[in-house]
Amino acid sequence: MSTIIRLANITKLYQMGEEQVHALQGVSLEIMQNEYVAIMGPSGSGKSTMMNIIGCLDTPTSGLYELNNTNVSEMNDNQLARIRNKEIGFVFQTFNLLARSDVLHNVELPLIYGGINVTERRRMAMESIERVGLSERMHHKPNELSGGQRQRVAVARALVTRPSILLADEPTGNLDTKTGEEIMQLFDALHREGNTIILVTHEEDIAAHAHRMIRLRDGRVERDEPVMNRRTYGASSVAASA
Amino acid sequence: MEFSELLKISLNAIRANKLRSALTLLGIVVGVFSIIGVMTAVRVLQSSIEEGLSNLGSHTFQIQKFPALFVGGHDQWHKFRNRKDITIDQAEFVAERMSYAQYVGIEGWQGGQTVEVGRLKTNPNVSICGENPEGIPTNNWTVAEGRSINDNDQRYSTQVAIIGQDVVAKVFPNGGAVGSQIKAGSHRYTVIGVFEKKGGAFGGNTDNFIAIPLSTFLDEFGKRRDLHIMVKAKGPEVFDEAVEEARTLLRLARKVDPGAEDDFDIFSNDSLISTFNEFTFYVKLGIGFISFISLLAAGVGIMNIMLVSVTERTREIGIRKAVGARRMNILGQFITEAIVLCQIGGIVGILLGIFSGNIAALAFNIPPVVPIDWALLGFLLCLVIGVVFGVYPAWKAANLDPIESLRYE
Repeated sequence: MSTIIRLANITKLYQMGEEQVHALQGVSLEIMQNEYVAIMGPSGSGKSTMMNIIGCLDTPTSGLYELNNTNVSEMNDNQLARIRNKEIGFVFQTFNLLARSDVLHNVELPLIYGGINVTERRRMAMESIERVGLSERMHHKPNELSGGQRQRVAVARALVTRPSILLADEPTGNLDTKTGEEIMQLFDALHREGNTIILVTHEEDIAAHAHRMIRLRDGRVERDEPVMNRRTYGASSVAASA
Repeated sequence: MEFSELLKISLNAIRANKLRSALTLLGIVVGVFSIIGVMTAVRVLQSSIEEGLSNLGSHTFQIQKFPALFVGGHDQWHKFRNRKDITIDQAEFVAERMSYAQYVGIEGWQGGQTVEVGRLKTNPNVSICGENPEGIPTNNWTVAEGRSINDNDQRYSTQVAIIGQDVVAKVFPNGGAVGSQIKAGSHRYTVIGVFEKKGGAFGGNTDNFIAIPLSTFLDEFGKRRDLHIMVKAKGPEVFDEAVEEARTLLRLARKVDPGAEDDFDIFSNDSLISTFNEFTFYVKLGIGFISFISLLAAGVGIMNIMLVSVTERTREIGIRKAVGARRMNILGQFITEAIVLCQIGGIVGILLGIFSGNIAALAFNIPPVVPIDWALLGFLLCLVIGVVFGVYPAWKAANLDPIESLRYE
């Protein structure tokens, strides 16, 4: 299996007024294709910074970040935008959908910036929407959908470009337990289909879906271990709920 | 990213804030409206004046007591009214001595007359003009049927008339005008000819008149009246000489002191148009300046609302960036929005301006004018305003940090 993400001695320094904050102090790790990783840690541990760097929303102060064997740690804004577009699918805690656009347009959005032509992107978007089971709601606006449905739209949007990694930041944080479970089942199924998934969370329950858990503390990797008592679901139940 | 996509995003954003957008547009609408409205109205007047003057032929000028085009107050009008009439003797003095003239026409007018044939009758609004034979060509009138006024008519004061098309329509609806008798005012005339239709121009109706020999006219309506002199120069090259000659002769005839200013006015189509243009130039300049200021103010309004819009949509910008929008995409999106906003205002302003400017055309009963060049200029102006005042907000949007924007509440 090939390495998708390689972080070598990544540091991130923030200037907060007079004070310098070391959000990350030398993080090194590798994530392989089709891994299911949870990044955990208390607030202030640096997990948001880590997610921003992995998601190419930010660049490290020092260290090397290779995504698909490409050094992205020294890319400029436009190159990063391109990487985000092609290689990364974000799922956010607050869904982050365009409120005035319908489901279809929201899912199409990355393809528009990717320069995919109308017919092709419509086809791809509809496929992705179908994957998350929202074909019926294609022309609804986000405010006409439930929280769980909104998050599924976000997942469809993340999937639509067939990215190298799905990066989910507290994907169930704004959902009730039952809906949260449904979304996690969707992630489990996507993982089984071959996607590489990185969850950033502080909930043990959610992290327990992953196969590997990376705990951060004070900007360093505290522990990096396989998940022992994983919560898994049979393929049948996933299909039913998805 | 396709332009249609940008356009769709812009229209959506504008639609999402209808009232706010409409209020912002108002400034642009007013600015563009005032430019286009005034320019259209000026052009309507201009074309009507040009059309109305086309009865003066090429290299022809006219002399009369009152100026043909007058911009000024009551006091100045008083000055013209106190001038002595141009008499038949003065006019003939000039006519006999002109050497640069091909024709010298002399005419007098009497309005408010009724023409009757049997039981058919016009409204009492027909003008009767007395013309010497040369008055017909200097007025650029064409006799469509029958003959014109000749020297014999003039010498013997014959009771003949050439009638305009409006009169024909009223009293000879079935044709057969030439050779028939008409009663005009209190006299009877034999119709010797019918004028070609000229069409309405500048408020009046130029076909609602009849022409009779000048000598007959003076007999019937009185010799003590103000006349017009029309001179057609022998060619364009001697036009200026002809004007000077006529001026000198008329000053002589009217015994104007050397050094005193003319007590009559000379004008040609060109001089009228240039007088009019001179007047409208200042109108245009003034309106242009005011409109420019108002557009500037409107532009600031656009910028302000765009800045608000960028702030409000920080999160949207963050989302777009997260899924792969580049700076240029965001920049393009917000500039397009500013331009679309301006253009909607611009188009509304242009349409309103053309519409209201042409109310003048409607009033003068002349064909409406669509000032394509000014409309294009208005369109272009809105484009420039959109870009100039949209650039900063768009630049601000494009440079937002995606992480911060995504967190923005």
